Amino acid sequence: MTGPGPILTLRDLAITFDTPDGDVEAVTGVDLDVFANENVAVVGESGSGKSQIMMAAMGLLAVNGRATGSVRYRGTELLGMAPRALNRIRGAKIAMIFQEPMTSLDPLYPIGRQIAEPLMVHSRLSPRAARKRVLELLDLVQLPDAARRLGAYPHELSGGQRQRVMIAMALANEPDILIADEPTTALDVTIQAEILALLARLKARLGMAILFITHDLKIVEAIADRVVVMRAGAVVEAGPTQRIFASPRADYTRMLLAAEPTGTKAPPPAEAETLLTARDVGVTYRSGGGLLGRSAHTIEAVKSVDLDLKRGQTLGIVGESGSGKSTLGRALVGLGHADGAIRFRGATINALSPRALRPFRRDLQMVFQDPYGSLSPRMTVGEIVTEGLLVHERGLSARERGRRADEALAEVGLEARIKNRFPHEFSGGQRQRIAIARALILKPEIIVLDEPTSALDSSVQKQIIALLRAVQAEHQLAYVFISHDLAVVRALADTVMVMKAGEVVEAGPTEAIYGAPKTAYTRRLIAAAFDLGSVLTGAAEPA
Amino acid sequence: MTDAALPTAPAVAGRSLWATALRRLMRNRAAMVSLVVLALYTLAGIVGPMVWPHDYATVYSNYVKVPASLTPYPRANTIVPGAERALARARVEVDTVDVAGETVTLGLTASREIDPRITRYLDRSDLFSNARIVETGDDGRSAVMEADIARLTFVFGTDSNGRDLAARILVSIRISLMIGALATGVALIIGVLYGATAGFLGGRIDGVMMRIVDVLYSLPFIFFVILLVVFFGRNVVLMFIAVGAVEWLDMARIVRGQTLSLRRREFVRAAEGLGVGPAAILRRHIIPNVLGPVIIFMTLLVPKVILLESFLSFLGLGVQEPLTSLGVLISEGARNMRNAPSMLIFPSLALTILLFALNFLGDGLRDALDPKDR
Amino acid sequence: MLRYAVRRLLGAIPTLFVIITLAFFLMRVAPGGPFDQERTLEPTVMANLNKAFHLDRPLYEQYAVYLGNLLRGDLGPSFVYRDFSVGELLGAGLPISMLLGACALLLALLVGGTLGIIAALKQNSTVDYLVIAVATFGITVPNFVVAPVLSLVFGVWLGILPAGGWEGAHPAYMLLPVITLALPQIAIVARLIRGAMLEALRSDHVRTARAYGLPARLVVIVHSLRGAALPVISYLGPAAAALLTGSVVVETIFGIPGIGRYFVQGALNRDYTLVMGTVVIVAVFVVLFNLAVDLLYAAIDPRVRYD
Repeated sequence: MTGPGPILTLRDLAITFDTPDGDVEAVTGVDLDVFANENVAVVGESGSGKSQIMMAAMGLLAVNGRATGSVRYRGTELLGMAPRALNRIRGAKIAMIFQEPMTSLDPLYPIGRQIAEPLMVHSRLSPRAARKRVLELLDLVQLPDAARRLGAYPHELSGGQRQRVMIAMALANEPDILIADEPTTALDVTIQAEILALLARLKARLGMAILFITHDLKIVEAIADRVVVMRAGAVVEAGPTQRIFASPRADYTRMLLAAEPTGTKAPPPAEAETLLTARDVGVTYRSGGGLLGRSAHTIEAVKSVDLDLKRGQTLGIVGESGSGKSTLGRALVGLGHADGAIRFRGATINALSPRALRPFRRDLQMVFQDPYGSLSPRMTVGEIVTEGLLVHERGLSARERGRRADEALAEVGLEARIKNRFPHEFSGGQRQRIAIARALILKPEIIVLDEPTSALDSSVQKQIIALLRAVQAEHQLAYVFISHDLAVVRALADTVMVMKAGEVVEAGPTEAIYGAPKTAYTRRLIAAAFDLGSVLTGAAEPA
Repeated sequence: MTDAALPTAPAVAGRSLWATALRRLMRNRAAMVSLVVLALYTLAGIVGPMVWPHDYATVYSNYVKVPASLTPYPRANTIVPGAERALARARVEVDTVDVAGETVTLGLTASREIDPRITRYLDRSDLFSNARIVETGDDGRSAVMEADIARLTFVFGTDSNGRDLAARILVSIRISLMIGALATGVALIIGVLYGATAGFLGGRIDGVMMRIVDVLYSLPFIFFVILLVVFFGRNVVLMFIAVGAVEWLDMARIVRGQTLSLRRREFVRAAEGLGVGPAAILRRHIIPNVLGPVIIFMTLLVPKVILLESFLSFLGLGVQEPLTSLGVLISEGARNMRNAPSMLIFPSLALTILLFALNFLGDGLRDALDPKDR
Repeated sequence: MLRYAVRRLLGAIPTLFVIITLAFFLMRVAPGGPFDQERTLEPTVMANLNKAFHLDRPLYEQYAVYLGNLLRGDLGPSFVYRDFSVGELLGAGLPISMLLGACALLLALLVGGTLGIIAALKQNSTVDYLVIAVATFGITVPNFVVAPVLSLVFGVWLGILPAGGWEGAHPAYMLLPVITLALPQIAIVARLIRGAMLEALRSDHVRTARAYGLPARLVVIVHSLRGAALPVISYLGPAAAALLTGSVVVETIFGIPGIGRYFVQGALNRDYTLVMGTVVIVAVFVVLFNLAVDLLYAAIDPRVRYD
């Protein structure tokens, strides 16, 4: 199978999208080679066109997209190929797995059937033979209890299991190349490590090339032989992984590599006053249960959490999705009900009525994850930033409010003249700055930051982190920093709390937790975040 | 896209989502044409019945079911028989009939003395006006009478009672637009208040309020409407307030759904976190964002209501004589289509064009306000 | 599944009961009575008539009697068509209405479905715009315009089809009414299918199917159409119930002896039992078709469960 030349060749590939506002050039002049058995990573931030080049290669562009240039598989031109001929290559010689394993599988059919379909189409297997092969494949991707799972529907599996099913489907016809488009981005870090380990193991065993599309440099460093860095639709730099990471040539690559947050935070002085204490805080949801009292069941999102927050302190809360960290964060600023006692300035705020709570709110602010959802779309930036003043400083004149808005915007590095613009006119990072300005204008004591950088590209993330640090130092703020990203938390927090399934697994000073984690769960999290390479090499050898 | 690159344009003013939507709408040709058509309809409905030469209720008994035509009546070949027929009951002999230009000259003889009031017979006919006796014979038994020929134009023809169809269509448009606005207004007020309350309060109250809507929904709609007709009888205005009161259910559902989903959005959470009270959240964050879907639904509700009115009128349950509506006209047209197809065709066209324009405008607004649904 | 169906049917009984009760009392509260039209009636004759139809009894008693009879399947005598029982009237008309409705439904599914799929597969092509135009036309032009215009064009001007009337289930007499009934449904089905197919074709799992080289037939029929059928099915439940129980406009204009007319006539004549009979029939159809929709939905979508 393996010849000397590249098996996939992209030459001068350009992609244009035809939009109501005119043509948009998404990708220009991309060259790329993939050799047999090689692991190539295409890295770039959102909008770099890294996914689109593979969509174009596979004939999967949206209807308004056009690709020019050349994409060759073993010398055969794929661009403009008749669908029937292309279908003999797609899924047989080149297979693909996607970011969202939930939506990428058809919700209406059992997984066994979906894996069997490409087998029956390409390898002309009988249903019986296909079933046997599907079972082998599911064993190969280590889906537990495979025989029983054949009839399962995608919604009955977990995210990691679904991605295993996708991988089984990709391997079904023993392809030459596996294109993996951000296959672990939607998964928790520990699951991500498992899936990457599985891919590494399968590659070693089956001998195929993997083309890995990702924004995550840690993954690239751990798995790729060669790296292609893309920015704004063009290749910035390409070369062996070691060379790129050791001596990047392009400024952009250097910037990406430096985007990893660095530094640590010193804890506040011991005599700093304690602003907020939480004792035995729990949050339960009731789900279901209509008017007729159908079976309502309760979900304990947060169970018996204790914490203290001092002036100038940053408490990092880490955990995987569903660990209850965001729910806890919202409870701390009085959004949503909570049991137990959250005490702030002498009051138990979770027991107060909305009206009685209002004066406390000015000191307890929150910044949300999604900068697209947290700004009211029909209000101007000025109105958004000053809304809190309408509640907490009622006497202020419009002119005075404007002046305060200018100050707050300047503090987050935005110009005052953007006040009359609307949120949709700004990028994600700018919006997050606006959200921070909205919190700062009230001069609060505590800000809960709920994954404030997760939706941002890593270079922007670094700027926002710098901003948060500067603001904290300036105003002696206390932060509660909620994140799934352990690297960011290590850079920002002096104290860390690890949560799992609503409970605190372990808590303590950042250095202690990261240096000597006490629980296996924390160790797994840290390994997956900081030492992906060794996790993968460890996994590559059959246990 | 890096964070540092701020918009450098010196323009301070941003473009709101409303302005963007308006620009998108302006580019939609079908919607703009519809807007013009609707403006013309509105003008026709308001001004038309006042300036049109014929009144919608005037009966021209000489011109029953005449076909649509731009040339005025009477036609040359109908003047002489028309004059003879008009004078048939006047007990005079018509010896000569001369048509010259816009006047007709009749030579009359009779066995008795001719009463000068005989001119009334001619005046009573829709064909002539200003009849006068210009010459009387010595014995009074012969006379020469002159009359102006009344030139009447029926561009759309007349109905089975001899009323001008165009005038009736104009007044129908007035009724249709009025009813569309009235019933939609009622539905809008009830629906938005109800839906916003349920969606904003949420929980158990929302459950109860929406269950009531479900129950009302499950009743056959036409049953409701016919009962309303039975109750309110011939009072059209009252009836359509009632129709609006039935049509609010959809509006309430839409507003409630939107409110509920908006309440879960982070910007509402953010406002709560700032300590903004419920009234201000409703005013600043919920209402401006619900407005789009409400406007879209409203433009689709207007044709629905107009259609409903026409349908009821078609069944004979709506607007009553002498007032009329497009549904009544179409129903009459359907009954007379064999000998007067224009009675069916013109009102049908008028209604269809109106509905098309409203629907295209509604679609255009939806595309402009909700571009992801393209 | 059977247990679920039975439970759903039992669950529909309260709904039916509420509808029947509401309809019964609303009808009676309305001013006027079934014998008002015949002004020449002597007061004694009137009283006798009222007595014969139990209208002299207290309302709650009449209600109880009606419910009792209904349980035995007796819809009572018609007040206006005095030689017939409501059961006989509906029994004669319902098959005709159902036949026309079923034909229209079939036509709507076949034509509307095909048009919608073609339009979605050829988005923004001439064919697509043509289908959109047809759909807009079908939705916009009301049936009381379509019916007389069709009758005028094909029956009067061209003279190739009867302008109206009913001679048993003769295709010539059925064609125009069925087209009138089907036109708006074709339009709505085409629109729904087109929208749902476009969404399905853009979905991630269809992208997967294409990425794995599945032939177009599998991609369209197996992975797109099945999911795209869901919104059409939810629409068709109530729509089918309405179609099968007759249309007052179509039956009036084409002179068809279905049950669509009875509702309006009955309400205007205060023919209490006839109106109630129609209400019951329509309500039963609605309940049955809603159940059918739910069962179909669950059969298509494994994420839906019988709860």
